Amino acid sequence: MADMAEAIESAEISHEAAANDRVMFGFWVYLMTDLLMFAVLFAVYAVLHGNTAGGPGGKELFSQQQALAETLLLLTSSFTCGLGMIAARRGNKSQVLVWFGLTFLLGLAFLGLELREFAEFVREGHTFSANAFMSSFFALVGTHGLHITSGLLWMTITLIYVLKRGLNKHLVRKLALLSLFWHFLDIVWIFIFTIVYLMAFV
Amino acid sequence: MKEFLIGKLTLESLPHEWFTIGGSAFFGLLTVALIVLLTVTKRWKWLWKEWLTSVDPKKIGIMYFIVAGFMLIARGGLEALMMWLQQALGASDMPGALGAAHGYLSADHFQQIFTAHGNIMVFFVAMGFIFGLINYIVPLQIGARDLASPFLNTLGFWLYVAGVVMVNMFFFFGGQYAATGWLAVAPLSGTQFSPGVGMDYWIWSLQISGIGTTLGAINFIMTILKMRAPGMTLWKMPAFTWGSLCSMIMAVTVFPLLTATIFLIFFDRYFGTHFFTTTLGGDPMMYTNLIWMWGHPEVYILVLPAYGVFSEIVSTFSRKRLASPISNIIGMIGVALFALSVWLHHFFTMGAGADVNAFFGVMTMIIAIPTTVLVFTWIATMYKGRIRFTTPMLWFLGFIAVFTTGGITGVMLAVPPADFQFHNSLFLVAHFHSNVIGGVLFGVFAGISYWFPKLAGFRLNERIGKYAFWCWMIGFSLSFIPMYIVGLMGATRRLDTYDAATGWQPFYVLMLIGGIIIAVGVALQLVQIIASIIEKRRLRDVTGDPWDGRSLEWATASAPAPYNFTTIPRVTTRDAFWQMKQQGLAKPKYEDILMPKNTASGIYISIFAFLMGFGFVWHITWLAVVSIIGIIVCAITRTFNEHTEMTIPAAEVEKQEAVRLKRLQDEHDSAPGKPAAADMADDMGLREFIKIVAVWAWNVVRNRQWRTWQKR
Repeated sequence: MADMAEAIESAEISHEAAANDRVMFGFWVYLMTDLLMFAVLFAVYAVLHGNTAGGPGGKELFSQQQALAETLLLLTSSFTCGLGMIAARRGNKSQVLVWFGLTFLLGLAFLGLELREFAEFVREGHTFSANAFMSSFFALVGTHGLHITSGLLWMTITLIYVLKRGLNKHLVRKLALLSLFWHFLDIVWIFIFTIVYLMAFV
Repeated sequence: MKEFLIGKLTLESLPHEWFTIGGSAFFGLLTVALIVLLTVTKRWKWLWKEWLTSVDPKKIGIMYFIVAGFMLIARGGLEALMMWLQQALGASDMPGALGAAHGYLSADHFQQIFTAHGNIMVFFVAMGFIFGLINYIVPLQIGARDLASPFLNTLGFWLYVAGVVMVNMFFFFGGQYAATGWLAVAPLSGTQFSPGVGMDYWIWSLQISGIGTTLGAINFIMTILKMRAPGMTLWKMPAFTWGSLCSMIMAVTVFPLLTATIFLIFFDRYFGTHFFTTTLGGDPMMYTNLIWMWGHPEVYILVLPAYGVFSEIVSTFSRKRLASPISNIIGMIGVALFALSVWLHHFFTMGAGADVNAFFGVMTMIIAIPTTVLVFTWIATMYKGRIRFTTPMLWFLGFIAVFTTGGITGVMLAVPPADFQFHNSLFLVAHFHSNVIGGVLFGVFAGISYWFPKLAGFRLNERIGKYAFWCWMIGFSLSFIPMYIVGLMGATRRLDTYDAATGWQPFYVLMLIGGIIIAVGVALQLVQIIASIIEKRRLRDVTGDPWDGRSLEWATASAPAPYNFTTIPRVTTRDAFWQMKQQGLAKPKYEDILMPKNTASGIYISIFAFLMGFGFVWHITWLAVVSIIGIIVCAITRTFNEHTEMTIPAAEVEKQEAVRLKRLQDEHDSAPGKPAAADMADDMGLREFIKIVAVWAWNVVRNRQWRTWQKR
């Protein structure tokens, strides 16, 4: 009888592990598809960034300090996100809330800076439809910003569920996927920082 | 205020041409008839619980077949005939009134028809059929009970349906369809040259169904790589599963490119950006590059599963294992890899220079090598085999002839200097129809007639099936061989009218005749299905293995239980089921089975996705915003639902199995000792079919008996 209970339990554990494995793998595949969408936007930016049709280029518009500040905020948020994940694996609920809460605030600050930059451009008449350069800039950086926004939304809701349900295995898996997503956005941002902001000053 | 509420949607935009009114009448009557039928037979709840919300890939596969088959007949095929009729009548100096009219369609209407024909045949017919086959067969072939993510799969299906509805929307709300060609080249597709909503219907029907394809493909990659039966290594995987895996990997590689490109063209049209415009720095040729980076691999996404179907069929009906299976698999992988680096051969005339053209020309020719390897493995499989000329096998032989012609003309087109002559001619159109009809559609028909016993429990009528095949084959030759010739004579594609002095008209008339013969073939396929249903007791497949098959799907009953396998099989060789038959089947041991619960979330999300697209088409911004919020809320509710699975206890499985085995035993006793394929010569012919239908109709009229035909 004991053997059977054990067998059932181990079968359940292996079922659970297999499901985890599948979901993680599927999420990686999804991230790759997302990366390919960004690849198109990068390629479009590479082709169009010189086509300003007489308007100002990146060198005149971008601020290095702003870009650096955004980068530091996002990289730090990736670090706190990693710490949050370690806490989640240990099952420490309060630390999870603290570290992911910090990640959320850093992400929000990043988003605020980005929106301020966008608003400034629009105010000066460098809108989405001003010329091909501005179109490709807003499409690329804006898509990243949209991903950050959805990441923040996802984080909020997951944390609310952690508060309500505690750290169960479903929510730990959600947090693991969320942190993958967050690190992925960090990597994309490093390319945006290099190709959009730094290359403008080369 | 009015503009805020309904955007550009006004009374004037509602349908008013004869073809849109005809279309809306047809779809309207169909909807009413369906609603009446479902209400009278009290089937609403059954439809919702058993089918629409089902996560069973077998049921989703059948739903894909129904939608794709409907689109093939009601839209894509009808449009082909309309174009051929226009071209047959399109010479400039025909006698009488016809000459002045240049055929019966306006130029604008003709353009919408060829655009819609391309979109519908690729996105909603071919993709639908291919996803149907993959859904039904792959889990059975790899010995799995369900999918890695059944929810993503239903969501993918319902987004596909939303795309189908969107592409038919102009019948109800007017506007027109895009008149830009199936890939909507820039800057023609911009607001300057296509100001109407037709282009926006194009954007959203392709965008929504394309995202569905990406999600479905992610699910099948997870399923094939992570859920195979123990012992089934990648090299022991059946050919169809291999073709599907290659196809799905290509889909996740290129469909994101399509999604991003369509978003950019949407921005150009909705927000006035300058990605593909001719002003303020936009670059129209970038659009052509981006869209073909998706568009070329797309045709290989369609044909790779078809290659797999043919590998299964040729080995089963030659009673041999597939010749050199490793070469076959490597051939499919090679096609998938090379297909990603040939897109530029669609526009050698862009002017990228000799070096770029040479590279893409050579890559295109190289792709012929793995394809040839595949063809040789199939021919070698037949060599010294005991070939049975069943319908699936006939489709295979037709495929070899037509597809090889298409392949060889493809190599001709791959030579850049020659392509400057062939470019945009009917020669090109004949070439890709040889591959898409000869490869994909024949593959789908072969697959459906091969696996039909598995999904319906009875096989299809062989006699009428063969008539249908010959109609297709003869009709195809009659319409596309003249198309090659007239293309070499200089006819360009998408012509609605031409000078009679060119001497093309006889060829166009031949094409029309060929098209009518194909239509007869399609009608015979419908007759074949009805005749098989009439005879279904005689055609019943009691063994689960009507063709003496080799792979695992034939180890299940026809039709399989919801959980496919009571015990997950252990696999030691490629032809797993063949091996099991040689060694004798083990007695099943029953166990608890964990299955996903039905869900309607996919339907809700797709409804919101459709409404979002509709809002953007007609510039009803509030509707689009509300729908996006709806999508997000539905997605969150679904992902945080922790109770998506249920357990079927072992005792329950045993009980169900006992009932099913008892029923099979009874049927077996009433039709003892023969595999269902044994008596194909007795299948009813057309004359008998007509007689039965006539007697039935007579009985309905005279005696009000609906069910007399089931007595057979």
